Amino acid sequence: MPLLPRLYNLAQWLTRDRAEAEDLVQETYLKALRGFASFQPGTNIRAWMYKILRNTFLTSRTGLKTSMTVSLDDEENPVAEPASAQTPESLLLARADQQAIENALDQLPVKFREIILLCDIEEMSYREIADALAVPVGTVMSRLSRARRAMRDILAVQIEGGSR
Amino acid sequence: MTCDPWSNKLDAYVDSELSGEEVENLESHLRMCSSCAADALGRLQMKRLTQAAGMRHAPAPEFRLRIEQSVHAQKRARSWFSWLPLSSAPPSRLRLTSALLAAAAVLVLMVGSFDLWLQHSQREHALTELADLHVATLASATPVDVISTDRHTVKPWFAGKLPFTFNLPELQNSPFTLIGGRVAYLEHFPGAQLLFEVRKHRLTVFIFQDQAGVPFLDGPTNSRELAFNVETWSEGGLRYVIISDAARADVHDLSQLLRAAAHS
Repeated sequence: MPLLPRLYNLAQWLTRDRAEAEDLVQETYLKALRGFASFQPGTNIRAWMYKILRNTFLTSRTGLKTSMTVSLDDEENPVAEPASAQTPESLLLARADQQAIENALDQLPVKFREIILLCDIEEMSYREIADALAVPVGTVMSRLSRARRAMRDILAVQIEGGSR
Repeated sequence: MTCDPWSNKLDAYVDSELSGEEVENLESHLRMCSSCAADALGRLQMKRLTQAAGMRHAPAPEFRLRIEQSVHAQKRARSWFSWLPLSSAPPSRLRLTSALLAAAAVLVLMVGSFDLWLQHSQREHALTELADLHVATLASATPVDVISTDRHTVKPWFAGKLPFTFNLPELQNSPFTLIGGRVAYLEHFPGAQLLFEVRKHRLTVFIFQDQAGVPFLDGPTNSRELAFNVETWSEGGLRYVIISDAARADVHDLSQLLRAAAHS
């Protein structure tokens, strides 16, 4: 079960609840086995499994609640200049510790958190992320850019708030 | 502040999404532009920090075990019920012709015995559903809703939850233990799902009304190749199905106890 720790990690980041994450992973494995005939050899099994996990999450009670309560900005619109633009990034990060990054990830809307996890933790390519999320590559790039800016903003607020 | 044409490429640069030529051009710009270089460095640091912070949730060992058991059981159930080849290799012309001939032969047979095939297919589907329920129950942290070894506690628990009633056997002088039960659904019909144990093996007994419309065949499944042993019969308008990885003799013994209880 080499994928289990990674899938579980993603599931808990999505649900933010241990029991729900366990149910989500279990259902993902059962669905993957059931639908294994539809798996195309040569495609990325990690992205395929994540797609199942994500679809299962979106139809779960928490997933439905999340998709109803979190509104995502229009991804085609230009990205607004972030409040933290004046803070040099390396200076900001020099003051950020692992806990601050975890907190920032926790505070992100689920769609932003998800894309950062897929790109930075899972190290999926933009093409693989586009397949997993069923969106064009251009949307992956703009959503990722927004997500990172949002994360920097949260970090900036945390660090500035903490140093006051 | 960073330079517009380049700053848009910085995310793709740290994510290794740029082509060789684009990387070369960007890096020659970074050598001359301290602002963009600092931005790129910051993004890289952020990515590294996120990588370190993001892997914070690990599955509990007992959950890992539960998943492994569940997947293993599901695989066995799949190999039992799947009767179509799952080859993903592209079909050659010869293979395609053979496949078409085979399909034509199957079709002729199917036309001759369509009703039989339909019944068989529905039965396979129903058994798959029940096997899935059995596997999911074994994998669940809360396999039953009423936990009791006492049949006089378990049977009344179903009152008002099911449109029928049934008798449970006295297990005192048998190797079986009753663990508990829950309500299960097959084709939208509610039924009883009872969990028994014999020498560490779990047995699930399903009881549905016969008019649930699922054409089961009576009797035990005899093949030794089956991952699970199944026995099913109809008694007093109720359909009983036992599914377990326990020995066939154990499954049969439990069926005898349930049959005797139904007559009492």
